Amino acid sequence: MESNIESLMHGFGIAITVQHILLMTIGVLLGILVGVLPGLGAPNGVSLLLPLTFGMQPVSAIILLSSMYWGALFGGSVTSILFNIPGEPSSVATTFDGYPMARDGRPSTALATAFGSAAFGALVGVVLITLVASWVAQFALRFGPPEYFAVYFLAFASFVGMGGTPPIKTLVALAIGFAIAAIGIDTVSGSVRLNFGIPELVKGVDFVVAVMGLFGIGELLLAVEEELHAKAVSSKIDWREVFRTVVGLPRYGWTLVRSAAIGCWMGITPGGPTAASFMSYGIAKRFAKKGVRFGTGVPEGIVAPEAADHSAGTSALLPMLSLGIPGSATAAVMMGGLMIWGLNPGPMLFIDQRDFVWGLIASMYVSNIVAVVLVLLTVPMFAALMRIPFFIIAPLIFIICTVGAYSVSNSYLDVVLMFGFGVVGYLFKKASYPLAPLVLAIVIGDKAEDAFRQAMLMSKGSLGIFFSSPLVTCLVLGGFAFLLVPQLMKLVRPHRRRAGLEPTEI
Amino acid sequence: MRSITKLLMLSGAALAVVAAQPAANAAWKPEKPIEFIATAGPGGGTDIIARTVQGIITKYKFVDRPIVVVNKGGGSGAEGYTYGKSMAGDPYKVIFGTSNAWQQPMVSKVAFNYTDLTPIAAMAQDEFLIWVKQDSPWKTAGDYLKAAKSGNLKMGGAQSKDTDEVLTRMIEKIADVKITYIPFKSGGEAAVQLAGGHIDSHVNNPSESVGQWRGGTQHPICVFSSKRLTNTDKVTATEGWSDIPTCVEQGLNIPTYQQPRTVWLPGKVTPEQAAFYVDLMKKVEDTPEWAEYIKRTSQTNTFLTGDEFQKFIKDDIEHVHQIAQEQGWLVK
Repeated sequence: MESNIESLMHGFGIAITVQHILLMTIGVLLGILVGVLPGLGAPNGVSLLLPLTFGMQPVSAIILLSSMYWGALFGGSVTSILFNIPGEPSSVATTFDGYPMARDGRPSTALATAFGSAAFGALVGVVLITLVASWVAQFALRFGPPEYFAVYFLAFASFVGMGGTPPIKTLVALAIGFAIAAIGIDTVSGSVRLNFGIPELVKGVDFVVAVMGLFGIGELLLAVEEELHAKAVSSKIDWREVFRTVVGLPRYGWTLVRSAAIGCWMGITPGGPTAASFMSYGIAKRFAKKGVRFGTGVPEGIVAPEAADHSAGTSALLPMLSLGIPGSATAAVMMGGLMIWGLNPGPMLFIDQRDFVWGLIASMYVSNIVAVVLVLLTVPMFAALMRIPFFIIAPLIFIICTVGAYSVSNSYLDVVLMFGFGVVGYLFKKASYPLAPLVLAIVIGDKAEDAFRQAMLMSKGSLGIFFSSPLVTCLVLGGFAFLLVPQLMKLVRPHRRRAGLEPTEI
Repeated sequence: MRSITKLLMLSGAALAVVAAQPAANAAWKPEKPIEFIATAGPGGGTDIIARTVQGIITKYKFVDRPIVVVNKGGGSGAEGYTYGKSMAGDPYKVIFGTSNAWQQPMVSKVAFNYTDLTPIAAMAQDEFLIWVKQDSPWKTAGDYLKAAKSGNLKMGGAQSKDTDEVLTRMIEKIADVKITYIPFKSGGEAAVQLAGGHIDSHVNNPSESVGQWRGGTQHPICVFSSKRLTNTDKVTATEGWSDIPTCVEQGLNIPTYQQPRTVWLPGKVTPEQAAFYVDLMKKVEDTPEWAEYIKRTSQTNTFLTGDEFQKFIKDDIEHVHQIAQEQGWLVK
């Protein structure tokens, strides 16, 4: 551990140069831009930038690309909070409380809370990488298909069991989500499923297309109907507000620490940032004090998913470096970059390319600080967007969603699907079905299915494989506990809390 | 270049994809930006080759129009090929793929076939090896097959009914064993599962597992090639690619099994347009950057075009068709 700190200091020597700080600033700014524009997203941004890095030193190149990644992670929360359009799968959970808070006239507070807790999460993730890199890498290897399935099960259970909405509605939403996730080629059998004779559907339904419709367009339809948004929100734009929010974050210390821990755990156990943010939100809701009504714009509801998202996003880079498995689409592009620069990701990277690895880790500290300062500076600018009257912003949201859906893979079908999802989102809200389980199932449903079927192939059909080692047994039992304990509690103490998942009044 | 043009013309005519036309005198040149479609997600082998070719063309200014790489890897690559099919007649879309182009339509109900596209070239051949965990007791293919007699060995691989599973079924048939094949999303995932000991082996390409080999979590026991690999660089302290015995040497009689990296245009393009790209890819192959890419990924350099490429496809289809039929994979 001591040698790790020594290496880190060495890394700082490499990362902190004028040229590198400049690259970080450029990377972060570009990242914020691609993060804010839905449909563009971090993976596309990084792949657009990749050809420019071929002539650079590998360390400089990875600093530029990873800074862009941090910027995009921060930027992704902006549209979630202001317009209810998540730019990245992992920022869906941020919309649950971020958007109501922004609508409530406190966009600066919502943004600053999100950025502050995200920065905390990222920092915890980097510290974890610094201190226990080798142990973590070994631990991640213990996850085979049954363990993966158990982790996904845990994520579903922690979200589903938390109550609020009637369990049967949650199950319906989940089932629809699973069906949508099943569209396209099935990994295990190799056959095409549920494409309804439309050849293009073989690629499956992209997550971005689904959420832009469900959230962006769905919300727009509701707003038009209720005419509630017809007036602009008179948001206070105040530097002191940003400052006060960030300084006040330690009040949510326990939520911060717990969420960052969940994030790290899910980042390492390759559950990923999306599952992490959902799970963290679900657990925060479970542990909330009486009277804290999640879904109406409470700060904890922003702190929990953001801190978990960023700590997971950061610690997910570790498997990429040490094992050569990318934890996310963006990490996959960066890994392609590593190979083009002539480096081989994998266990030997830490030994062969010490300067590169520790330069990158040190740069994570520095560029996250650069990123949080830059995004905090942009808060008033973004918050000002809320002042624009609804009749101007509504067509803009419409255009953003349309262009965003099209640009995912240059396909008109995606635009049609996106509008279809918009109608679904509207109907869900009208019938007060929860959207969150639907989204969660779309994002990790097919992964959970693959893991389950791979496990079944391994065990030749015996469910005993989910109790074959202490690790997987604990995960499965934990999942059941999350699922059943709240129901039992309800029997014991009926109607202790009645916090709806979605606010009833929009 | 003229002979290549002629070859391509011949193959085009044979395929009846393009009607025989008198060769125009003026050579075709692109006047718009060109789109490279990688039939794989960012970071996959097909994505890397598309980006490498893009980089080389841009560096040497072989084309004075910009080139963009677009990933259409959905449905194990079917997304990209289907897109290519729908772009018939557009010479500004270049599709990068593998043998998937003709293997996938055989085993799943996808909406394209390779005959919907205009073949340009097979630019490299990726090798396959049997990999086992570093501390596994099996040192040779013989040991491995002996262990496989128990029927309990688990082989991981990328996708279902694709090259990895076809190879696994070939091993089963030739050695008369039963192996449980577990499909993952990519070879990289299979490599990590092997490192963790969740599966017993996989048949990854060299570039998919070189990092793991250097890191000492797994090592190759044999390569499916008629002769040993030529790259003599050491990967670990003591071993390199050229030290790996062939599977035939060790009594597993599968002399060659390779994955071609293929390049296509949409259907209904003119012979001049196709010839332009054949020539362009040929130029790319003559650069030191290409040689470096081939060496780094331990692939074998080839340039199959025209009749040779057609013959390669026909032979491969015949071979895979037989396996697919035995396994009951064929779709009507």
